[in-house]
Amino acid sequence: MESKILGYMDGRLKEGERLEMEKHLSTCAVCQLRVNEFRAVHVLLDELPMIEPSAAFDVRMQARVAAEPAKQNWWAWFASSPRVAFAASMLVAAMVWVGSQTADTPLNAGDIDKINQNMSVLENYDVISDFAPLSDLPQPVQADDTSDTKPNQQM
Amino acid sequence: MLDVQAGDEQSFALLLHRYRTPLVNFLYRMVRNREQAEDLAQEVFLRVYRAREDYVPSAKFTTWLFRIATNLALNSVRDNRYQRMEISLDAPLTADAEDGEEKKLDVAEMHPNIEQHLIEETRRKMIRRAIEKLPEKQRAAVLLHKYQELDYGEISKILECSESALKSLLFRAYETLRVELAPLVAQRAVR
Repeated sequence: MESKILGYMDGRLKEGERLEMEKHLSTCAVCQLRVNEFRAVHVLLDELPMIEPSAAFDVRMQARVAAEPAKQNWWAWFASSPRVAFAASMLVAAMVWVGSQTADTPLNAGDIDKINQNMSVLENYDVISDFAPLSDLPQPVQADDTSDTKPNQQM
Repeated sequence: MLDVQAGDEQSFALLLHRYRTPLVNFLYRMVRNREQAEDLAQEVFLRVYRAREDYVPSAKFTTWLFRIATNLALNSVRDNRYQRMEISLDAPLTADAEDGEEKKLDVAEMHPNIEQHLIEETRRKMIRRAIEKLPEKQRAAVLLHKYQELDYGEISKILECSESALKSLLFRAYETLRVELAPLVAQRAVR
């Protein structure tokens, strides 16, 4: 019952518990006295006066709040530094421009048709440029070599 | 608090106005020193202001506010205890020096009801001392229960204990007060 005395005083017991408590109190003088004494303590505590914060409290509080550094996010940081914001935007624009210049542009239908028409020439070039027997051929005769043959002709 | 979170400075001023008196009174009854209570109350509000952007309305604002206040008060009481242990016994604190709101009566206050006034003042001093004698956690529980009228769930969150542990804590605290205030309680209980 002791654990329920405070709840009973505060009016926080469930209906069933309250009825049970009241039934007990009607037969138990000790618990009845305890409830009365706790109620008396409650009333006595009301006798303590409230104090008011001093007149300087609000002024000091406002000064302390004003002295608090403001929390700034990235956008606020940019907003407070227009030069940095301008430089950053220029950098981003330059990066976008460079990227657009180097990026592969997609082929249009006309380009593809042109490539298809020249495909046989391109294929022949590929074959010829990598044709192994051609690489074994002797080097072409130099122009100076013609002077060496002249004495033989005279003979 | 949600308006404060949204950056509304006016709402913080309203919050301050609404809670400063109960907060200062709670802290004053915890630390027994008016100046220190005001300093702690300022610290509580400053922490609320600093944490406004991270505030999550998962619990009642009063629970959050008094949780900060209780933690600061309990730390302060513990710090003061160590400081008092270091004070020389040659210079003990007088009762009046400890009680910020108490003052000696001067001649101008010697009105015809002086006897009644003295009786009331003695009663108040007795009640105040009885509260001060409580262990700090019991004291915080009684102050939150009696003066802030918070429910058991809120107080148990503030004191970081279960509801059943809180009920036990409160019962022991009221038992101690009943014994300490026995002469006054007897007068009231028989009425």
